[in-house]
Amino acid sequence: MLSRRKLLQGATAGGAALTLGGALGARRAEAGTLTIGFIYVGPKDDYGYNQAHAEAAAQLKSMHGVKIVEEEKVPETDDVEKTMQSMIELDGATLLFPTSFGYFDPYMLRVAKKYPKIEFRHCGGLWTNKDPMNTGSYFGYIGMGQYLNGIAAGYATKTKKLGFVAAKPIPQVLLNINSFTLGARSVDPSITTQVIFTGDWSMPVKEAEATNSLADQGADVVTMHVDGPKVVVQTAAGRGMYVCGYHANQSKLAPEKYLTGAEWNWITVYKMFVEDMQAGKSLPNFVRGGLAEHFVKMSPYGPAVSATARAKIDATKAEMMKGGFTVIKGALKDNKGKEVVPAGKAYPETAIELESMNYLVEGVIGSTS
Amino acid sequence: MTAVAQAPTAAASASKAGAADRFYPLRRALETLGAPVAALLLATAAFSLFLLALGKSPAEFWWLVWRGAFGSAFSLQNTLQRAAPLLLTALCVALPAQLGLVVIGGEGALALGGLAATVAALPLQGTWPPLVQLVMAAAGIAAGGAWIALTGLLRARRGVNETVASLVLSYIGIALFNHLVEGPLRDPSSLNKPSTWGIGDANMIGPLPGTDLHPGLPVGVIACILCWVLIFRTSTGFAARVTGGNLRAAQLQGLPVSRLIIAACALGGGFAGLAGMIEVAAVHGRANASLLAGYGYEGILIAFLARHNPLAIMPMAVLMGGIGAAGGLLQRRLDLPDATVVVLEGLIFVSILASETLYGRIRWFQPRGDR
Repeated sequence: MLSRRKLLQGATAGGAALTLGGALGARRAEAGTLTIGFIYVGPKDDYGYNQAHAEAAAQLKSMHGVKIVEEEKVPETDDVEKTMQSMIELDGATLLFPTSFGYFDPYMLRVAKKYPKIEFRHCGGLWTNKDPMNTGSYFGYIGMGQYLNGIAAGYATKTKKLGFVAAKPIPQVLLNINSFTLGARSVDPSITTQVIFTGDWSMPVKEAEATNSLADQGADVVTMHVDGPKVVVQTAAGRGMYVCGYHANQSKLAPEKYLTGAEWNWITVYKMFVEDMQAGKSLPNFVRGGLAEHFVKMSPYGPAVSATARAKIDATKAEMMKGGFTVIKGALKDNKGKEVVPAGKAYPETAIELESMNYLVEGVIGSTS
Repeated sequence: MTAVAQAPTAAASASKAGAADRFYPLRRALETLGAPVAALLLATAAFSLFLLALGKSPAEFWWLVWRGAFGSAFSLQNTLQRAAPLLLTALCVALPAQLGLVVIGGEGALALGGLAATVAALPLQGTWPPLVQLVMAAAGIAAGGAWIALTGLLRARRGVNETVASLVLSYIGIALFNHLVEGPLRDPSSLNKPSTWGIGDANMIGPLPGTDLHPGLPVGVIACILCWVLIFRTSTGFAARVTGGNLRAAQLQGLPVSRLIIAACALGGGFAGLAGMIEVAAVHGRANASLLAGYGYEGILIAFLARHNPLAIMPMAVLMGGIGAAGGLLQRRLDLPDATVVVLEGLIFVSILASETLYGRIRWFQPRGDR
């Protein structure tokens, strides 16, 4: 593996880099090239949250005049400030996508104030008009995707028990659990979902334990909301359960057992920002969308999804694409019997009320605290 | 561990060095400096082979490390910023180590210190910021100190293994932290990232004037120097080192071993708690999961690399900070995964620890003359 030639090549490359770097100082992008920085909180190949962003970043590379710089496993501390600054100072990045939820406040805002000419767009939807104008946020409504997952699960289950491995009982996650359960119960109202919270976004050991314990309790379809679904998918398939994916396409991990999955389709958003930037237009500060806007997509069906299920999912999806479909609508009770949405009231996916969701709907077994 | 092995030999060889060998102190300093440098070179060589196996150019790699860590004013600040919290968390390991104790619970002490500091600031909103910061620091030190002192107490009074106790207590501390942040102390408006209420912008400690350097840096440097004075220039420090060298002898001498153990743990924990307070007051503005960034664990590494000498902690923290700072640039330019940096850190750690066996082995460094 190690040859003298390789060593020499290395030395030459290093020498060249030295002279080049010495001459240019910070490597500035050539004129006309847009350098974009992507920052991920976990590994780029986690089959989940980070991979969904990294896949879109990889697609951007084929666009003309675009250079991508990426950094993975950057913690949500002042480390991310330094990473952003390093991308600006040393790589000449002018558009940054810090993709993790916790990067926004105070880290990204602080750096944005220091570099008013650089554009910052954050994934998570936290931007308000009090924040700097060179910042912004984008996010997707993926709850509908979990509703469709729920329908697939509802048709696949024999035991009428579903499992959900979740990170934290925060509004985004609760909406997914509720949507998944309501989707399944639209197929058969006797279905229940057992939820297990692991306490954090990436806890592989606890995720495996949770999946196993769901199997022991008789659940035969599992989905999840954790950063890297890999462990849950593999453990579930190993225990003979079906799986609905989340964040990215995990079908490769369990080709026989994977039903479908709710995936992010971030390329839609990134392409839009890049095209605006290249056209010299000012970037939008607040961008959101769901299935209809192609911010979210569904994984292709696995072999275990029946023709009836496919027809039902396709029909529901078509209705969602048309607009007007609501998942959270009255009369809806939480799992303690309290009415949370009165009859006649319906919240579209854009409703602000859904962003402070603090209940689990009837049919979910588990507790938010 | 290290302190135990090192203290008696150093003392013995010092006494052996007769008046005839005037240059012995100089050679001893060279030995102390040379061993880690040789280890670093070895780690560098080993890692270069690893890079060649991956088909990457080592020359470019090391050049990028230099650029990313020290090569410009920005890079240097990046490095020092990362080093800042590690100075204090390393002291949490180095101080008890003088007594021969291996305490690795800094992460929990840091989290609880940060949380206590935040809680202390909440009722003082709108008062005088320096007062608020002082109270926060006191609360952070008290919480972190109490947490590690608990380990010391278990060790001194009940003979519980301090390594296991501190680690387990650290887990408990973190669990307590998470429970409080996500439960009773949670700001209800922190929907998707549970956090406590903020301490208020007015109470934040800004960066050092003219730079964007972490204010923890001067605090850490002063703390390291004070600890060095405490360990090597006071009778308490001497008593601690004697205890670390030989517990039985210390007891026979009537040294207050139990008190020394508890005090060293409390002081070390206090520094970790202070690190948590500074993270809150200078960086996050509130307590949340961002405090659990692993500084407590990285401090263990640095304390061992520095052979528990507070002055050596400073260059070692800068070294680790530098590798961290360069890590991003390496990922971006060479398309290497983040784990590469972990491999490098691991190689450095193992080489430096292994180099400790060299002390006293090479004759040239040893005392000469009338033997």
